[in-house]
Amino acid sequence: MKFTCLSEGKGYHFPPCHIVNICGFRVLIDCPLDLSALAVFSPLPTVISNLFDEKTSNDGGQCSSNSESVRQEVAESFDSKSLIQAEPWYKTVKSLQLWSVHSLDVVLISSPTGMLGLPFLTRNKDFRAKIYATEAASRLGELLMEDLVSMHMEFRQFYGPEEFGCPQWMAWEKLELLPMALKDIVLGSEGTELCGWMSIYSAADIKGCMEKVQSVKYAEEACYNGSLTIKALSSGLEIGACNWNILSPRGSISYLSGSVFASTTATGFDYKALKGSDILLYSDFTDCNDVDSEKNNFPLATGGCSYSSDIGSCSETIIESWIDSSEYTREMETVSSICSCALETISDGGSVLIAIGRPGVMLQLLEDMSLSLDSSNLKVPIYLVSSVAEELLAFSNIIPECLSSQRQERFYSKPGPLFTHVQLSNEKKLLVSPAIHSSKFLTSWQEPCIVFCPHWSLRLGPVVHLLQRWCQDPNSLLLMEEGYDINLAFLPFKPMSMKYGLCSFISGMKLRKVIPLLKILQPKHVLVPESLRPHISCCNPNFSVCYFSENETVIMPKLKSYADMDIAMDSDSKEKEEQYIAKLKGELLVEQGKHRLVLENKLVLSLQVKGRVDLDSLLTALQKMGMKVTAEHAQSTDGPENVSIVYISEPKEALIEITPTRTMISVADETTSSLVSEAVGFLGRAHEVKRRFTRIF
Amino acid sequence: MPIDCLVLGAGQEVGKSCVVVTINGKRIMFDCGMHMGYMDHNKYPDFSRISKTRDFNKELSCIIITHFHQDHIGALPYFTEVCGYNGPIYMTYPTKALAPLMLEDNRNVMLGRGEKEQFTSEQIMECMKKVIAVDLKQTVLVDNDLQIRAYYAGHVLGAAMFYAKVGDAAMVYTGDYNMTADRHLGAAQIDRLQLDLVITESTYATTTRDSKYVREREFLKAVHNCVASGGKVLIPAFALGRAQEICMLLDDYWERMNLNVPIYLSAGLTIQANMYYKVFINWTSQKVKNSSTTRNAFDFKNVRSFDRSMINAPGPCVLFATPGMLTGGFSLEVFKQWAPCEQNLIALPGYCVAGTVGRKLMSAKTPAIINVDKNTQIDVRCQIHRLSFSAHTDDKGIMDLVRFLSPKHVILVHGEKTNMAKLKEKIESDLGILCFYPANNESVPIPSTLYIKADVSKSFLKSSLSPNFKFLKTISRADADERAKSSVQVYDDRVAEGALIMQKNPKFVHQNELMVSLGAENHEVLVAYCCPVCVSDELKDVAPSPGENMPPVLDKRSLVHLLYTKLSNDFQDVTIQNDGDHLQIKSFTVSPCLKEMCPHRIQVNPDCTSKAVNFCCTWSMEDEKLAWGVVSIMKDLELKTG
Repeated sequence: MKFTCLSEGKGYHFPPCHIVNICGFRVLIDCPLDLSALAVFSPLPTVISNLFDEKTSNDGGQCSSNSESVRQEVAESFDSKSLIQAEPWYKTVKSLQLWSVHSLDVVLISSPTGMLGLPFLTRNKDFRAKIYATEAASRLGELLMEDLVSMHMEFRQFYGPEEFGCPQWMAWEKLELLPMALKDIVLGSEGTELCGWMSIYSAADIKGCMEKVQSVKYAEEACYNGSLTIKALSSGLEIGACNWNILSPRGSISYLSGSVFASTTATGFDYKALKGSDILLYSDFTDCNDVDSEKNNFPLATGGCSYSSDIGSCSETIIESWIDSSEYTREMETVSSICSCALETISDGGSVLIAIGRPGVMLQLLEDMSLSLDSSNLKVPIYLVSSVAEELLAFSNIIPECLSSQRQERFYSKPGPLFTHVQLSNEKKLLVSPAIHSSKFLTSWQEPCIVFCPHWSLRLGPVVHLLQRWCQDPNSLLLMEEGYDINLAFLPFKPMSMKYGLCSFISGMKLRKVIPLLKILQPKHVLVPESLRPHISCCNPNFSVCYFSENETVIMPKLKSYADMDIAMDSDSKEKEEQYIAKLKGELLVEQGKHRLVLENKLVLSLQVKGRVDLDSLLTALQKMGMKVTAEHAQSTDGPENVSIVYISEPKEALIEITPTRTMISVADETTSSLVSEAVGFLGRAHEVKRRFTRIF
Repeated sequence: MPIDCLVLGAGQEVGKSCVVVTINGKRIMFDCGMHMGYMDHNKYPDFSRISKTRDFNKELSCIIITHFHQDHIGALPYFTEVCGYNGPIYMTYPTKALAPLMLEDNRNVMLGRGEKEQFTSEQIMECMKKVIAVDLKQTVLVDNDLQIRAYYAGHVLGAAMFYAKVGDAAMVYTGDYNMTADRHLGAAQIDRLQLDLVITESTYATTTRDSKYVREREFLKAVHNCVASGGKVLIPAFALGRAQEICMLLDDYWERMNLNVPIYLSAGLTIQANMYYKVFINWTSQKVKNSSTTRNAFDFKNVRSFDRSMINAPGPCVLFATPGMLTGGFSLEVFKQWAPCEQNLIALPGYCVAGTVGRKLMSAKTPAIINVDKNTQIDVRCQIHRLSFSAHTDDKGIMDLVRFLSPKHVILVHGEKTNMAKLKEKIESDLGILCFYPANNESVPIPSTLYIKADVSKSFLKSSLSPNFKFLKTISRADADERAKSSVQVYDDRVAEGALIMQKNPKFVHQNELMVSLGAENHEVLVAYCCPVCVSDELKDVAPSPGENMPPVLDKRSLVHLLYTKLSNDFQDVTIQNDGDHLQIKSFTVSPCLKEMCPHRIQVNPDCTSKAVNFCCTWSMEDEKLAWGVVSIMKDLELKTG
């Protein structure tokens, strides 16, 4: 098995991307887009005068492009005008381009965001792999992609139809001019990432892509080509997000992506199902890159080893209860603090813009926000603006199987819709609109208000319009997720007098839970990111550990030299002996990751295993049968081997020639032949094999 | 026996489905139903047969409920709360959501009939808390050995067939299922599985049903005629399933025909049930699912809720009332009011259990007097429409499913005895599968396939999976005389053949590897015999005799060919390979021997020494019989040309 990490990703919105070779099949795990890179593009200007300003200044910049001093200056400091004024392209995983599309056999999608780059692959006519995703992930992913395409249309309308070939901004002269911060994003730190940029896919590409996705349910066993049994197991990160378990005839592999033990909306992390796999690919990078922040939370950070060894002595149930706790409450606290911030702003007369792109969190926020508005008797409208808002809300209400246990409990005990947004929109407290310019939206518009809209680095979609409206208003509040380069993200809206809040949501496992979890899962081998080396190596794990880093192929130890095979025997077969050898003939089937031999007939064909014949015992045996024998040793004519020759003169003539590798019986009639064969055969068996097997067919 | 199947209910009858299956030591209870036709202790399965000590937690690994109908779930709260079962209970998400409604409804009906209360509402809730919901196709590990999986069964919302596997033994319990899609649910779907046993329902064991559309049209016509003439239509139906299906049908028809006669759902239950249908739209048919991206198909336009005060309100209407089969409750109350009026229509959808008012109506010819209970008689004058909208599969469907799954054994439950007997005959004769239909409280032992788990070597897999071409030059018998005509035959012989070494960790290896894996040296034992064969006189002169050089006329090849021709006449059932110098039949090889002193020439046949040609034969011990057969023919042979 070979494993290559193509990209470590950047958390929830840009999950990691890997390629694994299992039993000769090439499996791609996730195909995300780095949407944070969108920040290098300038959003569409909404005010015409701005537009002219920017156009002229941009031209000016181009004129002086040859001057070294200007370039220097640009590199040092940059403003909204240094952003690329062009139709945005999208940054895919660069290393994926190095693998030929037709060599992929299987694509596994572990979260809705993990499939945003998929249409780039599937629109290639060489693409022939089978894509697996959970039903919910594929639906949410489809909605995200449709939303992306429809938001992008605004740019298309503004800049006109796509240019042929490379866009102008990609020309080296232009790239040279970019400020360092932007250049780093466009070209990557090593300057090699330009090839990863792609122009947007079409709605038809999305449709084509979705047709190729085989959706599975959690814990459904999907079978690829008879040999791989693939199972999606809830990871808790998002509705529909999953880890994967792959069973091959040569062992089992588990892929662990960003996982949340107890999520507020999605079903929790089904870690028990990952127990005991041969290889565990640990691909939760959440805490890998900011280990420092972990140290603050973790009182025993320096003595991590002693802590971990303590864990080892605890009983499993204690670890399990400990490992499950806290995440749910933490997430609920985040949500409620967001609500209280929003309420404060509202009561001060400002509006709140909630730019959070996670469907699960958004649904939870919608519900809690309206509750807290009600409880403090504030009557302000809540808007949800997204081209797929309607579909998203409708979808959220038909997926009880994908929701957290708390939500399921609520649903079973108090029948009603899964999410309260149905009532909210019936009561007109929540207004859902596909776009900001729809007449329904404009007529119902009132401020202050709370607006939810998904965003892509604050560059695409309705969020841009709303920010441009409110960025000068010191009373208004922007709530977005942390993890963005704030300076760059806010650049087009500067000077910003709007307040902003950064919220952090759980997007994976805490470092201190990793070792206990691995101890529960008890894999034979573990692959972990290089950045975890100091934490893993100090705790003496009882499994073998390999470390991986981006774009390095790790070769995993061979699991088994033997594969498993089931042989169907008749239940009424009387053969109960413990040891025997049998020659079997049948048809070999490969199903569900297992080899199965279906015997051709019920008869077990006889198999004779013969060892070397001992001369003396043979002579005795023959004499016992009433034969007259003489023996002599001779040197073989055609080799250095010792040859013994036994002459039988009575009752019939026969001759036996014995060498270490061969016994040749020369005989002229059947009776003698069978007697001699019996003697030889019996002794042969007796000599070599009897030690090990009680009976041979 | 690895599998033991104890039928506690629905054996040779319909009602109180309950089968306890023991698979390799794990005991699973499939369904825990209640019989609607009984009021005494017979309404529940006889649980004491599971365990004399009544320690059910120790005896049962889990309970699996296939769907929410009373005859499949009715006894569950009794079993958990009164009998004290605490172990896991599995059912699908919709079943878990809808079951409490059904149980509660039924509890009210039983109280209404004046029966003794068996469990309280709180106990129903307590019972439901023990339920673990499963999704379709989700593989659930009940414990380390027992694995279960649900498959879509059609029938009602959330109905599932369950697959259970312990060790090597696997089975499917179908529950009730429907092999054809109806207005709101899809057809049953299952994977091709390796099964030892299938326990299937057989409600319609001998009826093949025609297309539903005719029946739908007739029903709509009857309803339309009734409301057009100002009558009221009562449809007593289970709150769930049938009600929604007919609602969809009527709503659609109302829309097309532009009718505005009100369609009512009896308050509470059915409205609530509708809400669940909206949430579980993913569990309905593909068609309904696809149409509901815009409008949920269960948002009915013409349907509103009914109030008790409207029973005697004037004007036509259509009313859905629970419970079905008119076993009591609201539907019976309305029935008493509406039945005496000739204008009205009672439409009875689906199956009615013996002993219910519904059953009596089905066979009644109006006007008729029907005994509702001991004290009440109703003069029934209204029209009665029997609607066979059953969501059960018909005999064709059962046969299709059994044929598709091809299990080793079939057990029939949930049907009527005489029909089951006929179906059993059919399954055994048409499909050659052993079939049983035990009565209640009988048990059937079933053997299961035994698997040997072996480590299999790479070279064995390689040899049996990759094409294994053999090019053999053979002369077919027909043109054997024309020597020149030989043809090349290509074989792709992929039959997997290897050796099983049965020990603590069984191994399966390619034959060539056997010695190595046993750690033994290979020692070949061959038997040889140099056999003289007489040649005819005309050949004698040209035949080579020992010690002489080969005369050019009759060379080795021709001798071999002559022998080949002879032997192929005598051994028609084995392939004889002829490569010119020697013939080979399995391990037996024969070639002309020209040595003067062959060590294998033991005896000299005195009769024809002078005119004999010697053929040296060798074979290995396993082909001894065959070899001596050939040799005996060769001894009696006289080779001739032509």
